[in-house]
Amino acid sequence: MSERRVPSLRLVDVTVEVDRRRLLDSVSLSVEPGEWLGVVGPNGAGKTTLLRAVAGLVAVRGRIELHGRPVDGLSRRERARAVALVPQSPIVPDGMTVADYVLLGRTPYLGPFAVEGPVDHAITAEVLEQLHLLALASRPIDTLSGGERQRVLIARALAQQSPVLLLDEPTTALDIGHQQDVLELLDKLRFERDLAVVSTMHDLTMAAQYPDRLALLADGRVATVGPCEEVLTEEHLSRHYGATVRVLHGPDGIVVVPTRSRRGSP
Amino acid sequence: MPAATLPRSGLAWRWVAVGVVLVVVAVVAGLSVGPVALPLHGVLLEVLGHLPFVHVHSGLTAREADIVWSLRAPRVVMGLLVGAMLSVAGGAYQGAFRNPLADPYLLGVAAGAGLGATLVIVAGQPASGGGVVAPLPIAAFGGALLAVVLTYTLGASGDRRRSTTSLVLAGVAVASFLTAVQTWVQQRHSDTIREVFSWILGRLTTATWHDVLILLPYVVVTSAVLVASRRVLDVLTVGDDEAATLGINVSRVRLVVVVAASLGTAAAVSVSGLIAFVGIIVPHTVRLLAGRSYRSILPLSLLFGAAFLALTDLLARVVIAPAELPIGVVTAFFGAPFFLIVLRSTRSAP
Repeated sequence: MSERRVPSLRLVDVTVEVDRRRLLDSVSLSVEPGEWLGVVGPNGAGKTTLLRAVAGLVAVRGRIELHGRPVDGLSRRERARAVALVPQSPIVPDGMTVADYVLLGRTPYLGPFAVEGPVDHAITAEVLEQLHLLALASRPIDTLSGGERQRVLIARALAQQSPVLLLDEPTTALDIGHQQDVLELLDKLRFERDLAVVSTMHDLTMAAQYPDRLALLADGRVATVGPCEEVLTEEHLSRHYGATVRVLHGPDGIVVVPTRSRRGSP
Repeated sequence: MPAATLPRSGLAWRWVAVGVVLVVVAVVAGLSVGPVALPLHGVLLEVLGHLPFVHVHSGLTAREADIVWSLRAPRVVMGLLVGAMLSVAGGAYQGAFRNPLADPYLLGVAAGAGLGATLVIVAGQPASGGGVVAPLPIAAFGGALLAVVLTYTLGASGDRRRSTTSLVLAGVAVASFLTAVQTWVQQRHSDTIREVFSWILGRLTTATWHDVLILLPYVVVTSAVLVASRRVLDVLTVGDDEAATLGINVSRVRLVVVVAASLGTAAAVSVSGLIAFVGIIVPHTVRLLAGRSYRSILPLSLLFGAAFLALTDLLARVVIAPAELPIGVVTAFFGAPFFLIVLRSTRSAP
């Protein structure tokens, strides 16, 4: 048995209530360095709220730890150095260049009236190079294609140099090839940088192939968490998604196929 | 190590150079033009002669030198300061609220200052005031600050998502209310209506070195704070939530920027009256010319705003000489078409 490391991210009984509606209910999860946790669940299950809670955008009850440190003791900037969030539909400022946008990732390392120094520019250049974005560096982001744009968003998060990376539906609005590109990139990055990755995912077949483990959220609770084959069962998907699906076990892993037959019939 | 150098899209020095040239042109023209025509080279030499370590003779008579230094220079300097302040404050408001229509008057600054000034004028105090403590600027300043405090208190909302909108709406409500009170006071004292209007339309006519010295510290301190916030304002362009995940304390940044911009604006309008439109057109013109980063918008707005208002004041003096137009009329009359030309001739909208 290898020695267990301190988890990069640990949630203990995390509850979120907004306007008396309980969006997350006693969620407990933990993610190791270099591990990828996929979060799946039907619409409104609390997937996005979970990421926002970890990023510090909603008030929580319970305990969130980043590398063993409770987040309550962290300042905004310390927290931003510990965890980066790529939102599902970020506001992309008109006319801002790729380089300037990625440079925003250096914000947690700068005081309110400071400007970026050579180190910040070097780190930004390194990230751009690693993600093959140098050629696009002076392009305004609003002129990029969907796949390029998603790489730029990930680049900004990497410039934050935080060991925990949260992504909300990173492949939405991408075609299937670009979805694979983005997920392969994340898979490579998490090993290279020992990142703990938490991503919400819509496509269950993709969710079965990339993350190490999946957490299935339903009504704000963790319905089940574990290896993909334990989470993505026809029974789970029927109960929590209200979906009729066939889960096929092929040579490349699990494939989730929607079917038209009514529940209960063969 | 990657040897890559990043393209930098910060402050473009050629636009700084253009701004400096415009300021110099505005100063020299402002000192030379007037009822008494002064030779251009004489004015130039006169100014140079007052620089340290420069010894030249301007050839101006003592009376002409007095016109330059006692009458025209304070007015020109006042124009520079007020223009720079209103412009940089406008740019900063637009960033803090992520709203292209935001300007220094958004939170009721103008209405508050107008009410304060009106109260002093109807109480029988002269609008142009000597004395060490002139009551009108103080009342205008107090009114402007009162309006901002009211707006901030009433518009502050616990919900971070809505706070920008509710602040702007509170500003609109406070401004309407204070304007209503001001109009009522004004109607009850129709004998002073001319004087009230002349203040509301703005004027630099009566500027003295004393006014300049009152205004200067406000302009220096508040514009330093605003220009220092330029990078953070760029971060805010990604929205409150994302800025927060980047480690920005959004509400604190917004408070600092709004307080600095409002304080500076209140100080400016308290001595100049209400000069409309500068806070909108100057930052947007800069944005269209030199890009959307606040790293260029804020410093360039200082320069372009200073030159714009000094030149506008010059126009106000010469168009119907020997009479003068209210400067607020000129800024809108010449500024609006100019702004529309810039807007139409650049491909990208602000």
